Amino acid sequence: MSTPVLFDLPGPRARARIRIATIVGGLLVLAVIAFVLWRLGGNGQLDPARWSVLTDPRTGVPQALGEALVRTLQVAAVGMVLATALGLLLAVGRLSDHRWLRIPSATFIEFFRAIPLLVVIFALYFVLPKFGAEISAFAALTGGLVLYNASVLAEIFRAGILSVDRGQREAAFGLGMRKGQVMTLVLLPQAIRRMLPVLVAQLVVLLKDSSLGFIIGYFELLRQARSLVEFFTPRFGNEYTFQLYVAAGLIYIVINVLLSQVAKYVEKRTRRNRKTAATSEVAASAEAPVGTPAGPA
Amino acid sequence: MQFYADNAGLFWDAFLTTLGMSVLAGLLAVVLGTLLAAFRVSPILPLRGLATFYVETFRNTPLTVVFFFIIFGLPQIDFVIGFFPGSVLAVGLYTAAFVCEAVRSGINSVSPGQAEAARALGLTFGQSLRQVVLPQAFRTVVPPLGNVLIAMVKNTSIAAGFSVSELSSLLPRLVNANAGELVLVLVGVVACYMVITLPAALALNRIERRVAILR
Repeated sequence: MSTPVLFDLPGPRARARIRIATIVGGLLVLAVIAFVLWRLGGNGQLDPARWSVLTDPRTGVPQALGEALVRTLQVAAVGMVLATALGLLLAVGRLSDHRWLRIPSATFIEFFRAIPLLVVIFALYFVLPKFGAEISAFAALTGGLVLYNASVLAEIFRAGILSVDRGQREAAFGLGMRKGQVMTLVLLPQAIRRMLPVLVAQLVVLLKDSSLGFIIGYFELLRQARSLVEFFTPRFGNEYTFQLYVAAGLIYIVINVLLSQVAKYVEKRTRRNRKTAATSEVAASAEAPVGTPAGPA
Repeated sequence: MQFYADNAGLFWDAFLTTLGMSVLAGLLAVVLGTLLAAFRVSPILPLRGLATFYVETFRNTPLTVVFFFIIFGLPQIDFVIGFFPGSVLAVGLYTAAFVCEAVRSGINSVSPGQAEAARALGLTFGQSLRQVVLPQAFRTVVPPLGNVLIAMVKNTSIAAGFSVSELSSLLPRLVNANAGELVLVLVGVVACYMVITLPAALALNRIERRVAILR
């Protein structure tokens, strides 16, 4: 809760009201949890025997999920590196003095930000082969992630570069540096420090979006869980279905929470760092055009 | 043109599906998100905790996983839900977390001096909220909320992976039957999305300019 400027500090009667509301609210939350558990228990989903399939190496399930996790991280890692590199190029291109560089970069960025990521992935996966370029699910997924996120990152980079104080640029030119030197030696080092938190936040979005591989049949966690379920169902019925789904989903959530924590840590560190003082607030200016990091947008 | 004439029905149905999904999920997200934002600034601890938990969980969950739980997970505990309502629910629940953050940041962005001044003038809590704080908060919320909702329209494309025949699902469907007109399929799908997002963005710009205030 932010500072309570809207009302005076609660007196005894208001405190009593709040206390009652707290108890009622707490009971309500507990009731919801109890209902979910009762529902699950009634179905026998909480039976430890059904969950042991996730930890017993003889079933092959832990290995399969582990491999799927590796494949998820592979796509994310390759995507992050390529998207950052391409995004940097696009940002510099959009800020270029040359019109033949500026206009294509801007068009590229605006185009890929405007269409859904899934459409890009579908276009790569289903349309390219018709032109004779056979493409794997991995390549299509990575390609889509790179094209979309590079465009978003380019805007973040651009906002960062523009946020560096004008005097820095002018001083560098005054010292006789060339355009390339000003960018690489003066502007980028300061800009990157300042935009690191937003950058990491966008990379978390990229990791989240790698789950789209499920839709084109790339064997990341969700697709792996689905195929395990399809493998188990003829033998055991729905015995382990729910458990496998929950496991795959939870792994996703846990790695995302971990990366988000990294992002928060980076943000805290940058805020303390004095060297960033030459740049004004990037986060605010970068977020507005980027939209929210609202998942696979 | 012949191609579009032949497939006009398909495109129209898919367009309506995407539009319907966007409108319904948007309504759900705005209502639930505002409610959650109210919870997050309320003095009642369990509600605050619940809303914080909700927002943190959904913001760190890929939308595909939300879809997955609702469409494949819920039937396992005897809640069977159709593909279309399930998709609306998934997109709505997911977007609500982002709406909540946008609204909350709007409430927090009203400078404390405004509320203090309102109280000093003798306005009651309700009056200062209705006449001073919320009108300013809503204005600040328009741009971020608009971005969230436009991102949501694009997010509805994920329903293609869960048997909803919306716009993106036209790509795999039409590509195999119309090998000659691949580019047309692609252009058609992209154009349909633009028909939704561009007017929405324009409308937002106008609303934003109309309600803009100097700080």
